[in-house]
Amino acid sequence: MRKIAYREALREALREEMRRDSTVFLLGEDIGRYWEGAFKVTKGLAEEFGDERVRDTPISESAIIGAAVGAAITGTRPVAEIMFGDLTALAMDQIANQAAKIHYMFGGQVKVPLVIRTPFGAGVNIAAHHSQSLEAWFLHVPGLYMAVPSTPYDAKGLLKVAIRGCNPVFFCEHKLLYPIEGEVPEEEYLVPFGVADLKREGSDVTIVATLYMVHKALNAAEKLGAEGISVEVVDPRTLAPLDKQTIISSVKKTGRLVIVSEDCKTAGVSAEIAAMVAEEAIDYLDAPIKRVAEPDTPIPFSPPLEQYVIPNEKTIAKAVKEIT
Amino acid sequence: MQSNISKEKLVEMYKKMFQIRCFEEKVFELYAQNLVPGTIHLYAGEEAVAVGVCSNLRKDDYITSTHRGHGHCIAKGAQLKRIMAEILGKKTGYCKGKGGSMHIADFDVGMLGATAVVGAGLPIAMGAGLSMKLKGTDNVVACFFGDGASNQGTFHEAINMAAIWKLPVIFVCENNIYAMGTRQSTVMLTENIADRAIAYGIPGVAVDGNDVLAVYEVAQKAVERARIGEGPTLVECKTYRHKGHSRIDPAKYRPKEEVAEWLRKDPIKQFKEKLLQENVVLEAEIQQIEKEVLTEIEEAVEFAKESPYPSPEEALEDVYAQISEE
Repeated sequence: MRKIAYREALREALREEMRRDSTVFLLGEDIGRYWEGAFKVTKGLAEEFGDERVRDTPISESAIIGAAVGAAITGTRPVAEIMFGDLTALAMDQIANQAAKIHYMFGGQVKVPLVIRTPFGAGVNIAAHHSQSLEAWFLHVPGLYMAVPSTPYDAKGLLKVAIRGCNPVFFCEHKLLYPIEGEVPEEEYLVPFGVADLKREGSDVTIVATLYMVHKALNAAEKLGAEGISVEVVDPRTLAPLDKQTIISSVKKTGRLVIVSEDCKTAGVSAEIAAMVAEEAIDYLDAPIKRVAEPDTPIPFSPPLEQYVIPNEKTIAKAVKEIT
Repeated sequence: MQSNISKEKLVEMYKKMFQIRCFEEKVFELYAQNLVPGTIHLYAGEEAVAVGVCSNLRKDDYITSTHRGHGHCIAKGAQLKRIMAEILGKKTGYCKGKGGSMHIADFDVGMLGATAVVGAGLPIAMGAGLSMKLKGTDNVVACFFGDGASNQGTFHEAINMAAIWKLPVIFVCENNIYAMGTRQSTVMLTENIADRAIAYGIPGVAVDGNDVLAVYEVAQKAVERARIGEGPTLVECKTYRHKGHSRIDPAKYRPKEEVAEWLRKDPIKQFKEKLLQENVVLEAEIQQIEKEVLTEIEEAVEFAKESPYPSPEEALEDVYAQISEE
């Protein structure tokens, strides 16, 4: 099968859905023909679809999402790009109070089919305002779906489903994933929300990881395998809805759970998954749940500082060994 | 009458204004009887704004509204009984009891909903305008907001975006002088909020918001401009709420003389006098209209009172649109 980069897979999803449905349009800062997106996801799309449907905006995050909300409730399907995940803070009201709540608050009268794409993640030395992983902020808001694709295949299939859906989707990307290549079929396919992917089978311990951490977890699992520890790796692919069943089934098999997430440990993604497993499958656990996450600091700039706070193969392996 | 509005339309405008006033008085009364959960923000005193603007709109045009939104709903043509039922928290309300007084929407008449976050409606209205432009329709969007909202960042972001893209939006600022208890002059140095339009390169017009015909004329120009693709207008309607900010507010921060002066300028009283003075309608016709309205309000109250509350577990419904529809 052919291999393409994560950013190319996203671009294919956008292109295919824009060709399929003339009401789909893109808006965001510098996504148009002059810059083509800070991470080049929208490269070439303005040439094909024009400046109206690949719309450069002023630096006004709140109005970008507000525009998407107003457009979504009046018959179009906007896909908004927020250049860095950190900047979603500027649009928080429109995301959390408007987009997420309109369907419910107005008694189901109207659907809000919009997608907010944004990259999270540290590792490129751009410090505290361009490196955070803020999934938990939005997971806490009922009414939003959330995708966290780790591969080009999932990125394309999930984005297509997100665009065709009837609910607001917070679509998390990761800046270190954009150049990563993976197999993506030429023919059309979709990846449903709420279905985890068992990335690697194992019998001693389950690792649940998301986004870029999936790759680190797989590397760690490979090395641990050589040391005789059999690691199973589960990638939830979407956090809302969360495929609880696949995680619980894996925990029932291995009896041990390590959760790897790049966001802050306190009240983060790992906390939610740990609580869910404790609530629903604690009797199957043979050891405490371990969490490998960012240690509740802002993301620092200097390479040794930054590398210290991001989960890595060593910290993952250490956590696994502590319970096996 | 200087204006060339038909008699039929003038009568309809008067009726709508009177409906809003009576509706709000009834809500106030029901609140006192403990039938309205939560709080209420009444539109009484500001009727000329909603009616003057919405009388220029078609059914397939849109509006966005605020926490003080009952008047906008009525002016855009929503049903009194379903508004009242929503305010009482009933299953038959527009939002099945999930929204209440501050979150009424009726998508069938283009009422895109009331947001209770001050200033949050401006970007949404702008987005609806963007949608119209992309779809190539000639529909327009009227966005109601208060003087308080004009100090939010969303005011700047949304108006600027609507201006650069020439979106069909009429930004209607209902300047009632107070943002809760904060007087406008203490939070901005500009006398007219409409003057801020200069910064966005669009027309800005300040108008007597208690004169329904003046509002109508200004809004008419703004709507025409929006409809033919020339972009947004900022219309500032200077008006006054008769009651406090919300039900619990006695509004002691307002000088008595100021309140008295604005009560003298009651928009309904003024309009009625004008209609009679200029022989547009006869006193008997006015009485007939008022009688009809009072009956409609009573029917709405009966409907709302007799409607059932939603069953508790309905709280879990409508968080997401149905998966089966995706």
